[in-house]
Amino acid sequence: MSDVLTFDGVSIEFAGRHGKPQRILDQVSFSIARGEAMGLVGESGCGKSTAALAALRYLPRGMRVSGGRISVDGRDLASLSEAELRQVRGNRIAMVYQDPMSSLNPVMTIGAQLIEVPMLHGESDANAAYARAVKMLGEVRIPDPEGVMTRYPHQLSGGQQQRVVIAMALMAEPALLLMDEPTTGLDVTVEAAILELVRDLRGRFGAAILFISHNLGTIARICDRIGVLYAGRMVETGPIARVFQNPSHPYTRGLLAALPRLDGPGRGGKLAPIEGVIAASDRARVGCAFAPRCKIALPALCDPKPIPMTPMADDPGHLVRCVRIDHAMEITAEVPHQPPDADVSSAPLLLDVQHLQKTFPVGKKLARAVADASFQARAGQTLAIVGESGCGKSTLARVLSGPFAGSGGQANFAGFDLSKISVDDRPRDLRRRIQMVFQNPDSTLNPSHSIEFALMRPLRVLRGMSKADARAEVGKLMQVVRLAPELRHRTPDQLSGGQRQRVAIARALAGEPDLVIADEPVSALDVSVQAAILNLLSELLEESRIGLIVISHDLAMVRHMAHWVAVMYLGRVVEYGPADQVFAPPFHPYTAALLAAAPKPSVDEGPPSVILGGTMPSPTETITGCAFANRCPHKLGPICDTTPPPIRFWGAHQVVCHLENGV
Amino acid sequence: MTDAAAPVSSGVGLSELVRRAKGSPLAIIGGAILLFWTFCAVFAPWVAPFPPNSVDPAKIANPFPSAEHWLGVDYLGRDIASRLIWGARTVMTVAPVAVLAAAAIGILFGLLAGYRGGVIDALIMRVGDTLLAFPKIILYLIIIAKFGASTLNIILVIAFTSAPIIARIVRGVTLDVRHRDYVSAARMRGESALYVMLVEILPNARGPLLVDLFLRLGYTIIAIGVLGFLGVGLPPPDPDWGSMIKEAYGMIFIWPHMTLIPAVAISSLIVGCNLLATGMREAMRDV
Repeated sequence: MSDVLTFDGVSIEFAGRHGKPQRILDQVSFSIARGEAMGLVGESGCGKSTAALAALRYLPRGMRVSGGRISVDGRDLASLSEAELRQVRGNRIAMVYQDPMSSLNPVMTIGAQLIEVPMLHGESDANAAYARAVKMLGEVRIPDPEGVMTRYPHQLSGGQQQRVVIAMALMAEPALLLMDEPTTGLDVTVEAAILELVRDLRGRFGAAILFISHNLGTIARICDRIGVLYAGRMVETGPIARVFQNPSHPYTRGLLAALPRLDGPGRGGKLAPIEGVIAASDRARVGCAFAPRCKIALPALCDPKPIPMTPMADDPGHLVRCVRIDHAMEITAEVPHQPPDADVSSAPLLLDVQHLQKTFPVGKKLARAVADASFQARAGQTLAIVGESGCGKSTLARVLSGPFAGSGGQANFAGFDLSKISVDDRPRDLRRRIQMVFQNPDSTLNPSHSIEFALMRPLRVLRGMSKADARAEVGKLMQVVRLAPELRHRTPDQLSGGQRQRVAIARALAGEPDLVIADEPVSALDVSVQAAILNLLSELLEESRIGLIVISHDLAMVRHMAHWVAVMYLGRVVEYGPADQVFAPPFHPYTAALLAAAPKPSVDEGPPSVILGGTMPSPTETITGCAFANRCPHKLGPICDTTPPPIRFWGAHQVVCHLENGV
Repeated sequence: MTDAAAPVSSGVGLSELVRRAKGSPLAIIGGAILLFWTFCAVFAPWVAPFPPNSVDPAKIANPFPSAEHWLGVDYLGRDIASRLIWGARTVMTVAPVAVLAAAAIGILFGLLAGYRGGVIDALIMRVGDTLLAFPKIILYLIIIAKFGASTLNIILVIAFTSAPIIARIVRGVTLDVRHRDYVSAARMRGESALYVMLVEILPNARGPLLVDLFLRLGYTIIAIGVLGFLGVGLPPPDPDWGSMIKEAYGMIFIWPHMTLIPAVAISSLIVGCNLLATGMREAMRDV
């Protein structure tokens, strides 16, 4: 048998404490051959992680395989004894989880953890295991493997940690590698490098890979085949090129249409969100599980009887579970061709930031979280601040929105210098005029208070409304952000992530602000929900002339909504200008690397042209030349290390670089 | 992880807690016991068959439970059932009041310590540790010996010795919550520290706090019993379960019921508190 992992009509049930058991997976079938990579994609709650756990026979309590057969190397997992299972888990299957920090033991050195794998299985003596561990760290391209063996996990960066986890998984030379969102928490440049690594290792080790991700772009980059899961059912599966070129299930098409794209039309384009959420009741539906959210569903056809997976006429390997497949083409992203703004510089200036700095004492040194940031925000326009984690973009947002004051430079807003006054010293009217939308929908709202309470309070405090007026205004606000009125008395735990983020936006709008700062407003949401929130933000902006500063690491999203873009690296703005110009050459070398690394949901892309090596210097280091010089693929020579780079102007477009003509 | 419909639970609301606790057999049994004694306490004058302090030496000839005296009479011929019911009044007022007082003090200092941090935190928590390090019974005895055995003194002693633990719980929740985005949002609105502590932070502690308060109620009932037994409890002749045991335990081999029945009463109340607390804690965990 050449298939390493086979799911044959696998159903998994969860016997909750209350009520009927729920079907988490419903007759899912697929198989992965040696050296092949299969991607499973779907929104949270679709059952993709459960599939990976089932492949290890490691389901959480209360879940059980209620039908079908899972086999590894042709052996039925259910028939194995505990001892055999241990053997299979250790030798044949390895798993890589999303968060490397929770996979590594913080009190053991990397070396001890790697050596443990072959030692536990009694395969080799300590010396051979050590040699193999060093070799494996080399394979995953960790610099100085010998040195890393003696270090502890917290001494490595997130990307390095994930490499170690992958090395650990490969120590056993597994036939099957399960990867559950292995790059989700990582920066795009690190993600690109890890994906390249996985692709390369697959070629050399010949392991079969089950790759689970919510991100179609990452799947496109490394998988041969894809399976789209919805509410526990496989709705579309096939070779990756086929599915991306000819997505045929309405859900697959919806996912793709909801995704902002780097190669998209830019601003003005509208994403097509998939309305609604996966409901628990969808799992119990006889007919199509997606029908309640499907734009082309016909109850008479879709609901009464189970819908089989049907091969497409032109490719028997491409299977789709839909009876309305002929109409699926109707689901596309709306692309109104809006001409680019003639002059984005003409809008009134709201905020003018000049050489802003924010330093924190770290022991005896100073960390320059924000070293030199200059940009402007304009009324009715969106400024995106882009950069990887640690570039200082969130600190910047906090200086502007007020939790702490800056350490130097200026941020002029309505006659105030925001860099000098933290929120406690700001007059009420100034606090009202700048509002913030936070990243995490789980912590943005107080779980103890109703939606009405959360929205009334800013109306009362910032606009001095009476209770009755505020209560009436809450209704209007909820309408503005398209929240159903019956949610008014709910608490946040009764809301979905998207709904919570809408409440957070409504809360920011309650003060009738001039400037809204949104820190990664959609990064914690599912793709289908992201689109709806992004559309909402752009519409509000157009209507109200509010200036928006969006902090993000997602370039495709930035491309979709920003008028202006500032790219930050190590506390410095290295490129700034109108979005249309920033996303077209000439680039700063760092921007070019970010663009190359961003995962794109298409299969035409080869491997990224630039993969950044090295790591960002610590913010406590004193840098005399260009901050990006140590990683720059276009480094000119000593000049980059010694002389601060000049600002080059192409009209409103600025690049801080020694290269005369950019990249 | 696997169920989109399952909410991300970052704190179970009060009504939700009560709703879930209703499904827990432990919580139901515990709650029933507490309700029973509360009922006795509130309606003692109507429920009790005899006046609690009416002495009748004639009845000592046969003190054991009978049709007239269900639980028998004590060594002075007083009806035990009536004394228990009236005794419930004492314990069911003193214990909750003491626990609530402890909660008030503990919440105040816990919020301050967690929210302000730094020196204030260190100071509050070290004073609390010092109080906790002291053997409680000895502390009670010293204070009551000095200031006399009165209801108020007992309440104060218990309140001050229980407060540090409550402060710790509240401080823990505060530390966890104070950097959440909704707290930042409140601060950016310019809310006062008092508002942030009481309205944004404290409600998130109510789940663990409620569980702890019922546990603490149980401990307080033990403490009151012990004080009564040691003879420094509430002044006689009003019925107090601890004193009832103390007065009768010399005769335990002749008339065991006089000791055992109040002992069972104390135990039942403590067990009730613990069951309710355990049931609620499980209800909080169960998602």
